Amino acid sequence: MRYPKMKWLAPIVGAIIMAWTSNVTAADVELSFYYPVAVGGPITKIIDGYAATFEKENPGIKIKAIYAGTYQDTLVKALTAFKSGEPPDIAVLLSTDMFTLIDEDAITPFDGLLKTDTDKAWVKSFYPAFMENSQTGGKTWGIPFQRSTVVMFWNKDAFKAAGLPNKAPDNWDELVADGKKLTKSDASGNVSQWAIEIPSTGFPYWLFQGLTTANDVRLTNSAGTETYFDKPAVVQALQFWVDLSRKDKIQPAGTIEWGTTPKDFFERKTAIMWTSTGNLTNVKNNAPFAFGVAMLPAHHGRGSATGGGNFYLFKKMSDEKRATALKFVKWMTTPERAADWGIATGYVAVRPDAWETPAMKKYVADFPAAAVARDQLKYAVAELSTHDNQRVTKALNDGLQAALTGTKTPEQAMKDAQQEAARILHTYK
Amino acid sequence: MTQSSGQIAHGIDGGATKPLPHATSTGVTPLARPSGTRFRMTAHIHGWLLLLPSTVLLVTFTHFPAVTTIIDSFFSTPKGRRSAVFIGLDNYQAMLDDSVFWRALGNNIVYAASVVPLTIALALLMAIWINGKIAGRPFLRLSFFTPTVLPMIAVANIWLFFYSPGYGLLDQVFGLFGFASHNWLGNEHTALACLIVVAIWKDAGFFMIFYLAALQQMSPQLAEAAALEGASRWYFFRRITFPLLMPTTLFVLVNSIINTFRLIDHVVVMTRGGPDNTTALLLFYIYEVGFKFWDTAYAATLTVVLLALLAVLAIGQFVFLDRRIHYQ
Repeated sequence: MRYPKMKWLAPIVGAIIMAWTSNVTAADVELSFYYPVAVGGPITKIIDGYAATFEKENPGIKIKAIYAGTYQDTLVKALTAFKSGEPPDIAVLLSTDMFTLIDEDAITPFDGLLKTDTDKAWVKSFYPAFMENSQTGGKTWGIPFQRSTVVMFWNKDAFKAAGLPNKAPDNWDELVADGKKLTKSDASGNVSQWAIEIPSTGFPYWLFQGLTTANDVRLTNSAGTETYFDKPAVVQALQFWVDLSRKDKIQPAGTIEWGTTPKDFFERKTAIMWTSTGNLTNVKNNAPFAFGVAMLPAHHGRGSATGGGNFYLFKKMSDEKRATALKFVKWMTTPERAADWGIATGYVAVRPDAWETPAMKKYVADFPAAAVARDQLKYAVAELSTHDNQRVTKALNDGLQAALTGTKTPEQAMKDAQQEAARILHTYK
Repeated sequence: MTQSSGQIAHGIDGGATKPLPHATSTGVTPLARPSGTRFRMTAHIHGWLLLLPSTVLLVTFTHFPAVTTIIDSFFSTPKGRRSAVFIGLDNYQAMLDDSVFWRALGNNIVYAASVVPLTIALALLMAIWINGKIAGRPFLRLSFFTPTVLPMIAVANIWLFFYSPGYGLLDQVFGLFGFASHNWLGNEHTALACLIVVAIWKDAGFFMIFYLAALQQMSPQLAEAAALEGASRWYFFRRITFPLLMPTTLFVLVNSIINTFRLIDHVVVMTRGGPDNTTALLLFYIYEVGFKFWDTAYAATLTVVLLALLAVLAIGQFVFLDRRIHYQ
């Protein structure tokens, strides 16, 4: 009784198996590619589009894009997969994860793959600021892809209303002077509009680097084995940040939530905000007033930290597969693609020649704010990254937050952070 | 062997459904012992087979990981080519010196000590209120229960904006009374309290359901008798309702305490443990150590402490409180 019913199943099963096997024979190399974005949404479509075009241009290679959530989620998934013996072939992960990935022995440097002169020239075609935390110990471990940096957004209407010229503050003194005019209080003395918000939750160290770099001091050495959190210039920079709230009273007291800062800006609760260039498209679409984008104000110098994600190649790939993976990474970072990606997302196009493409030139002509991040790159430094990176940055973050909430003085906070960082890093020397 | 019949009669769970005819016959005539032995064998097998699915699940996902966690806590974290080595109690020593651990533990105790009693009180209050005959009862029940249905991540994102300084709901309400804007989540004194409020708001409706069910089981005769005796409402609640609700309270207590150690979604969304670890809860710190610092051995050590803490709490509740509870 049961067998006749099964009969119709056979051709279907057969068809499925045939379809599957023909698929496999057509795509003899399949590259798994972890990408840090939640499933769905515009970014996913762009990546899917790139993968499809690449597959069409390179028959025999299949890109299996896996959308793994936030950067943190993606790192967790990639490393867990690696530890269970099934790592991804390619992944886009934070540039600051480089030391973590090296320490876990999870990635291979690109150097061994670069055989021809064009290959070697390709590595040199990116902005040096982005290569700073893609290379260490003379090797290239990451290739910049979706990179960003901190810039200053300012509300032109608010500046006009405060009787200020149509120009963003160019240095710390101007920032404080303008800020005092921009801070508005209502009749009962409650502040209705703050002058500036520098967010301090999640990753305050990244924004802090905009202050330390301007104060002409570095937070780590390039080998990622030493930190300089308690140097006087670092403490000075933190004092300036704390003073914005406590002494000058032009910034809200306590820590400022990263996620709600753009909303504060749109709601006119703050006239200036520091945030990632990744917010450019968001601000462009949502700000109900004329806004400007400017470089972070200078002090002894100018500066900001880069951030964002790099391409990494994981271990355990065959040589043949690795060559294919390199091909994909190179394809994804051609000047045209970098320009297209930058225009579509707001990330900074990672190589100078991308800015010379016709598409990018037109975009910048229509929207000059897009070029601010590029122009700031020559002053930019690598995002803080050391061995045992997350622990060291947590030590600094805790110290920064303690100073901003007033539980510790800047000197004490940075002294404690340095002590903790030194304790963590002593095994890496 | 002589006790076999007795064992069957009130022994094995698996055979408990149909043992009576066998049990009585073997009990009466010792001659039937062989069949009793066979029965015991099949009952054993039957019983174990019934337990097998849940045993496999429990062992795979609960007991085995718990045991490996304890073992891992005595080893160093494997990194790259360096494999794990036995280091004895070094991880525990490091934990004792770890100020963030103590901070997280302290936070968690404050958090539990506030969330648990307030949640229970609120749940009981809401249950008693909507148990009475009042207008719009279905609507009230629904509105009390809604927070439970919403996912914590979504809820936390909404509360994030409630708390935001200036235009957030809280500041707008306070603003009506002329209070200054307050940076609720960015201040080390208020941040943890903000999370406590969210947790109470989220859980109270859920536990209300249990109280409501218990209240509706209660015989109306009790209330009538009390009314005849002239007992006040407070006296009736104190001497009749509350004691009769004790089994529910124990259940709610256990679950509420577990929740305060288990649910950290709102920490991740709203503060990420900041400012300066004032809102770091134990499980959040374990997550950070395990999946951000990749110090899996140390994370295992912290997990052992969390497990031990929960075990002690659970044993304490069941052993000491159970004696004082009257089951109907």
